[in-house]
Amino acid sequence: MELTTIWFILIAVLWTGYFVLEGFDFGVGVLLPYVSRDEADRRLVVASIGPVWDGNEVWLLVAGGATFAAFPEWYATLFSGFYLPLFLILLALIARGIALEYRNKSDSTRGWDRTFFWGSLAPAFLWGVAFANIVRGVPLDARHEFTGNLLTLLSPYALLGGVTTLALFTFHGALFLTLRTNGELRQTSARIGRQAGLAAFLAGGLFLLLTQLNDPKPATWVTTVVAAAGIAAALALIGRRDGWAFTANTVAIVAITATLFGGLWPDVMPALDPANSLTVTNASSTPYTLSVMTWVAAIFTPVVLAYQAWTYWVFRRRLTAPRDESPVRQGS
Amino acid sequence: MDVLDLSRWQFGITTVYHFLFVPLTIGLSVLVASLQTAWYRTGKPGYLRLTHFWGKLFLINFAMGVVTGIVQEFQFGMNWSAYSRFVGDVFGAPLAMEGLIAFFMESTFLGLWIFGWDRLPRRVHLATIWLASIGTVISAYFILAANSWMQHPVGYRLNPVSGRAELTDIGAVLTNSTTLVTFPHVIFGAFATAAAFMAGISVWQIARDRDAAIFRTSARLAMSVGLVAALGVAVSGHVQAQIMTEQQPMKMAAAEALWEDETSAGFSLFAIGDVENGRNSVNVQVPNGLSLLATNSLDGAVEGINDVQKRYEATYGPGDYKPVVGIAYWSFRLMIGFGALAALLALAGLWLMRRGRFPGGPWFTRIALLGIGLPFLANSLGWIFTEMGRQPWTVFGVMRTAAAVSPGANVPEVALTLVGFTLVYAVLAAVEIRLLIKFTRLGPDPESGTETVPAAPALSY
Ligand code: HDD
Ligand code: HEM
Ligand code: HEM
Repeated sequence: MELTTIWFILIAVLWTGYFVLEGFDFGVGVLLPYVSRDEADRRLVVASIGPVWDGNEVWLLVAGGATFAAFPEWYATLFSGFYLPLFLILLALIARGIALEYRNKSDSTRGWDRTFFWGSLAPAFLWGVAFANIVRGVPLDARHEFTGNLLTLLSPYALLGGVTTLALFTFHGALFLTLRTNGELRQTSARIGRQAGLAAFLAGGLFLLLTQLNDPKPATWVTTVVAAAGIAAALALIGRRDGWAFTANTVAIVAITATLFGGLWPDVMPALDPANSLTVTNASSTPYTLSVMTWVAAIFTPVVLAYQAWTYWVFRRRLTAPRDESPVRQGS
Repeated sequence: MDVLDLSRWQFGITTVYHFLFVPLTIGLSVLVASLQTAWYRTGKPGYLRLTHFWGKLFLINFAMGVVTGIVQEFQFGMNWSAYSRFVGDVFGAPLAMEGLIAFFMESTFLGLWIFGWDRLPRRVHLATIWLASIGTVISAYFILAANSWMQHPVGYRLNPVSGRAELTDIGAVLTNSTTLVTFPHVIFGAFATAAAFMAGISVWQIARDRDAAIFRTSARLAMSVGLVAALGVAVSGHVQAQIMTEQQPMKMAAAEALWEDETSAGFSLFAIGDVENGRNSVNVQVPNGLSLLATNSLDGAVEGINDVQKRYEATYGPGDYKPVVGIAYWSFRLMIGFGALAALLALAGLWLMRRGRFPGGPWFTRIALLGIGLPFLANSLGWIFTEMGRQPWTVFGVMRTAAAVSPGANVPEVALTLVGFTLVYAVLAAVEIRLLIKFTRLGPDPESGTETVPAAPALSY
């Protein structure tokens, strides 16, 4: 396989990891005001992602760094072109990270919870908008610089992409909470999760259908069907078989990301005028850089996966909220 | 202001801000890990209480380092897209390695440390904080390798067809002589920062007689580390100055406000420059000091601004190759000055505390608290010197800053993000400082030294 192909796949894998992992973090943030009745519940909801959210976010940072190293033109065009949406995403990620870390160290948690909610909702929506635009194509000039403006990026199709990721991540967060909690919190999460799952199925179905009709490929039809089946299975299993339901939706997120990247290939940023499109070939680094980075990735990715998996293993037990003033404990 | 100026302000503000938290994270993570190791070895509850107390302040700071770092990762693409296209092949590699090798390690093991107190065997739990600290140091190495390449580009060639820099030797980039001296300097600077932070707060706790016994331990630990760090910073800085004289003679000349080539050049202590006419109106010097610092010999030759300008014109074509001399001169001097002051304070503190004595009266407490700021100032000034002294180049000798900025960026958007980041950062600074003060005042949890009480809630959620 060509090195550029390997790196296209690796970057798709990094985004997939990011959406699967930080997807549920975002969902937990969006659900916080709706699933918890009191402060004890809220603490527990936040504690469910406490040990892992930062590690999850690093998937994004590595996706960014890997794009810089492997496809510098893609990195330059994407982040200078999507300037204002990216600015909003960065502000949201800053705000929610600080809210997560400072909430339980502060005397008043109200403001932090609101910050955490909006800081989770905004990127969950905006990443969908961004990816819809990447897949559909944007105006680029011959130097590959973006020539549109903010309104170019807010087409109905792109907004539908945003609704899709928002609903999908909210559903994912609900599935995560049913998996990690007990009692009433778990039931509420399942109930709200069903609504989010239905929204994800409808919005996501329409979004993927439009994507396919625009640029049909046999392979991405397969992943589209898998995505729909995954969400449907998760909807059927939510609240009953927690582990399987979460797994089914994880498969759906993988399939959706695969559909988007599959639709993109061999472009990385299609331009409205195809002559100016960025492709895996004209956006990439030299073979030398790519082979250096391939070695680094081959050695370190398994190590990272091993210790991240171990973390999830250490914190595998369900959380229960004691109904008194004592702080939340891990485990039951 | 045009897009270039706004983008430079934005990069300067966000990066200097990020680097307020970075050195404290690096230094304090190692100090906290050492305290926990002492507890693991001796079982003395005092060490555990110190671990919890400093651990909490460390985490408050770490969160800020993480969220401001996210902006760093993307702003090369946002405001400097021409730069990113040009150097991505070389510069992206260390950045990606930093993420994959260091950031995953820091964040994952710190999560395990915070939440793992009552879940992991003690030995394993101790290992998590050490792994997180090692992650911060590895991260520093890779990002400094990337930055050093901008100071002294090596291991690449210019592709005449694409007009881009292409990596030819990753080993050369990772063992750049500039990286090898910058890395120890920055790490010693980080220890100086954490030491001043720990010393100042410990002295204050002793003065208000709050757990004075255990804070004596952390005060002495911090002051000793501070002294060693000051020595390390001076020695590594000296080597750095020599390498810089060779690689970026203009920066050294500007740092010294030395206008003409000289042998037996003096080290300037105070100068008032006359930039128009390319000379100083006032200059107080230590005779032969600069020659000694830059070349290890009393009568070594050092290049001056006006002469380097002529040489650069011959090499790179017509243009103005002078950085802002006043900034280079004063940032260099003040970096050294503030560092030296911090070292003196540490020495005074150790003297005052000799053989169980109390570290002075209220005046010393006040000075020690103010002293916390010194290394932060020195660090910021060090970067301002390094980055602004390199101007007009972004990549020395290869790419000018004016050519690096995003061609598509426009003034309203860049102004909006500049104001936006600055305001959000200002609010966050206020929140962070209030939290630090709150937990400093609270002092160590009275019960956290006994083992039956689970430690996790004290540190986390
Ligand atoms: C000498 C050290 C040093 C320097 C010069 C920089 N950083 Fe930094 N950075 C760190 C040392 C560090 C660290 C010690 O590893 C941090 C600080 C606090 C933390 O959480 O990790 C960090 C955090 C941090 C993070 C968040 C990591 C996470 O989520 O765990 C990112 C994305 C960056 N940095 C990126 C950058 C970039 C792109 C820089 C260049 C402009 C930069 N940093 C300068
Ligand atoms: C964390 C410590 C750092 C600080 C405090 C810092 C500081 C600064 C400052 C003050 C400027 C503005 C200079 C001017 O007015 O033109 C600047 C510019 C810049 N620096 Fe750094 N810098 C740091 C690290 C880095 C690193 C590690 C890199 C690369 C990996 C880097 C890359 C740049 C770039 C691309 C610019 C913009 C172009 C320019 O104006 O030169 N900096 N930095
Ligand atoms: C005797 C004292 C010192 C000397 C001789 C010295 C020397 C230097 C030199 C020559 C540079 C510029 C390197 C370049 O641009 O290539 C530098 C940068 C820097 N200094 Fe210092 N320094 C001293 C003290 C300190 C102290 C006390 C701190 C902080 C606590 C500090 C922090 C920094 C930082 C963060 C940088 C920017 C990063 C770098 O280029 O290494 N320095 N120093």
